[in-house]
Amino acid sequence: MTTTNDEILELADATVKAALGAGANVAEAVVRHGSHLSTKVRLGQPELVEEAGSRSLGLRVMLGQQVAVTYTSDLSALGRARLVEDAIELAKLSQPDPFAGVPDPSLLSKQEDHVDLDTFDPNMDALMADEALSRALAGEAAAREADERITNSEGATFTRASGGSVLVTSGGFRGSSEGTYASLVVNPVADDADGKKRSGYHWAARRHLAQLEDAQSVGKEAARRTLRKLGAGKIASAEMPVVFDPDAARSILGLLAGCINGGAIWRRSSYLLDRLETRVASDLVTIVDDPLLPRAPGSRAFDGEGLLSRRNVVVEKGVLKTYLMDSYAARKLEMESTASASRGSSGGVGASTTNFVLQPGEGSAEALVADTKRGLYVTEMMGFGFNGVTGDFSRGAAGFLIENGELTQPVSEVTISLNVDQLFQRIDAVANDLDLRTSTASPTFRVSAMTIAGR
Amino acid sequence: MSDTSRYRAPFADGGASPIDEAIASRLLAIALEKGGDYADLFFEYGVSGSYAFDDGILKSAGRYVSMGLGVRVMNGDATGYAYVEELTTEAMERAARTAAQIARGGGAAPVALAPSDAASRYDVPTLSFDVDGAEKRALLERADAAARAIDPRIVKVTASFNEEIREILVATSTGRFVRDVQPLIRFGVRAIAEEGEGTDRKRQSGSSGGGGRMGLEYFDTHSPEHHAKEAVRQALAMLDAREAPAGELEVVLGPGDSGILLHEAVGHGLEADFNRKGTSNYTDQVGEKVASELCTVVDDATLPHGRGTINVDDEGLLPTSATLIEKGVLRGYMQDQHSAGHFEVGPTGNGRRESFRSHPMPRMTNTLLLAGQDAPEDIIKSVKRGVYASKFGGGQVDISNGDFVFSLTEGYLIEDGKITAPLKGVNLIGNGPDVMRKVVMLGHDMEVSDGIWTCGKEGQSVPVGVGCPTIKISGMTVGGTQLS
Repeated sequence: MTTTNDEILELADATVKAALGAGANVAEAVVRHGSHLSTKVRLGQPELVEEAGSRSLGLRVMLGQQVAVTYTSDLSALGRARLVEDAIELAKLSQPDPFAGVPDPSLLSKQEDHVDLDTFDPNMDALMADEALSRALAGEAAAREADERITNSEGATFTRASGGSVLVTSGGFRGSSEGTYASLVVNPVADDADGKKRSGYHWAARRHLAQLEDAQSVGKEAARRTLRKLGAGKIASAEMPVVFDPDAARSILGLLAGCINGGAIWRRSSYLLDRLETRVASDLVTIVDDPLLPRAPGSRAFDGEGLLSRRNVVVEKGVLKTYLMDSYAARKLEMESTASASRGSSGGVGASTTNFVLQPGEGSAEALVADTKRGLYVTEMMGFGFNGVTGDFSRGAAGFLIENGELTQPVSEVTISLNVDQLFQRIDAVANDLDLRTSTASPTFRVSAMTIAGR
Repeated sequence: MSDTSRYRAPFADGGASPIDEAIASRLLAIALEKGGDYADLFFEYGVSGSYAFDDGILKSAGRYVSMGLGVRVMNGDATGYAYVEELTTEAMERAARTAAQIARGGGAAPVALAPSDAASRYDVPTLSFDVDGAEKRALLERADAAARAIDPRIVKVTASFNEEIREILVATSTGRFVRDVQPLIRFGVRAIAEEGEGTDRKRQSGSSGGGGRMGLEYFDTHSPEHHAKEAVRQALAMLDAREAPAGELEVVLGPGDSGILLHEAVGHGLEADFNRKGTSNYTDQVGEKVASELCTVVDDATLPHGRGTINVDDEGLLPTSATLIEKGVLRGYMQDQHSAGHFEVGPTGNGRRESFRSHPMPRMTNTLLLAGQDAPEDIIKSVKRGVYASKFGGGQVDISNGDFVFSLTEGYLIEDGKITAPLKGVNLIGNGPDVMRKVVMLGHDMEVSDGIWTCGKEGQSVPVGVGCPTIKISGMTVGGTQLS
């Protein structure tokens, strides 16, 4: 089954027309299609081959200021009729929201202005199950052959996906986008001396197949990351500097992303409420939300309401410059939209980040660690211990002790705590090892002091 | 469910395009055309609805329909999986052929399908979908009004109601042919309290929610006002929260929600897939002592109307109440069909999946630590300095070694046997087997958490239940900021 954006544009047009015909004064339809192949191997044998395609239709309507959203994967005539009928029924049930609305039509972008961000690899779908399996097998084999202490495996998974979506609104916007993605994850397991098992992983992901890191090096790196955890244990409770590797650092950055979201601000659910133009981080910290990076995972030429995407500097040298807003949050906050609207497949709209990136510093990550006399180097975090309303943060962590500028004892089963407001202000070093594998991305950085709870 | 409901699966008996044994048999035969040991079909029709109350109005309502067929073919330890969203003959046959690609000769012929009946653990008088929307809106209005009326420091209230109906049909090459209709509702209130001005202003949130496999009769015993009061109480209590201690302390877990600790500390490690692969810290430990002898842990799919309850699992097998740990001794794992075959034990009916887009795996249903003998107040009295944990935001575990964390959203300091100051949110961190051995007192106040929990595993979410009595753990790392 192949679907093209032209086919789904017709479906979106027809849905908008039907909703307007049923009495809506605003109707916006989003149609998505996608296909994927996922293969998993374990201990040298295929474990899973999964292949499927999907299509869905989402609708948002307004009756005056009353709003409803509906979604269906049943694209039969009956399913589509039900979608429109339900939307109208639910809009009548919801209550007039004085802030409901759509962007000023003069702000809507035109299709010819949508830049090509090179997010689609035309060769992706040609990769078949046998090739996907052999890449996964190669990744896992490289991990298992790397060292005899790798005694087991949670397997290796290669996935490729492609898809497209179109958005049509009664305000006159029509836009379409396409994207592809390929990834390989390798997850070896080692036996530790005390009978514990240590599971580790490494992964690669890219929009274009040709740019994907080769399977052998992913496997070798997965083995290295697993083996270095052997012998991990608690350390004594203390206050010390904490260095976050890029995986852990982007997780910290993601907490901030939730708190600069316009929706969290008007809901008074963010510790960054009323903090525009004030210091929220150290002057080493500049954070940019950039939807226009070619081939990046979070790129988009237009936002979920049809506004032309733009680069937003959110934090500049430690000072909060803007929240990320869709038109609804902007009306609630009496500000301008930052073209940050994101439309879910179910038709609902809210602000979101795109490529949310903490800008790299000058030196290498190695130099940053070498410059740390004693501290904790964090590679993994566990749990959900974050309260966006207050900024309080406490999470399980694992990694290594840094002693005299070198990674020494592996550490696990400790927690790290500090209010995130202080955490960002205590960043005293940012390295240059940025990798745009994920849409929220950060280089290694160091926080001058956090509380570590252990023994 | 009533035959008059607007939301019936097209593949149901009497639906628009019913799937019967003959159609299912033909698809299973195609799935096994290239060989393979086993095949199954999973038809699913799911409708969910959401009502979001915010700023004093029902701001938005939504409804979502998802329908499809997942076809699975197994060949040894290998699985072929495909799904389609159109239930046309052509699309269903294409899915069966795609899934069949995994097989390489050999194999089993499907046996004749025999329809079977499942228990009915969640009959509802009226499906919530068939109740007029204005009634659901009124429940949200009541919660909002109640929360605002309690205290002027409450500056924001949001309330939500979610409803779901999931109709499934499972047909297997081993002859099972079984249907189930699974209703689910969830109600929640969140309140934000503010106190003080300018840079001294404190802000905290509190929340309360619940539900289960039931209709609006849920509110007969759990009123919107009850959840509003609870959310407000928590938000106000937390305004005075102080920095939590850091380090190893005695910990008392309150009844009900603390079951999330069981879920993380032992539940995941006892799912049979990890043990079949030898990647769980509980591998090869059946019959061994893995917890304090106070501890008996069950996974009970049969609790009437429970959030994690199922009549039939997503492989068409009938679930039970399975004893996982009995007086500290490991008795068995939670199995799906594949792992049960590997361990040569009977299936436990724990094969679950998020939707037709996902293959099944061993999952928890309602995981419970059974009651002990102690009075809850005696447990608190026995603690010189420690932490009392009452509300949780969630948890996570590393299956391979049992290290887990769970995050506290409401907790208190215990000093000289008394609950004293509220503490800022912290994580508790421990190792599953280690913490289970440190259970030194167990209350007689076993409680099942009101239905709010969702469990994630390998990207698949399923509703689950948890429950436990008051638990005392002799030592656990508390992840606060105050070093002693």
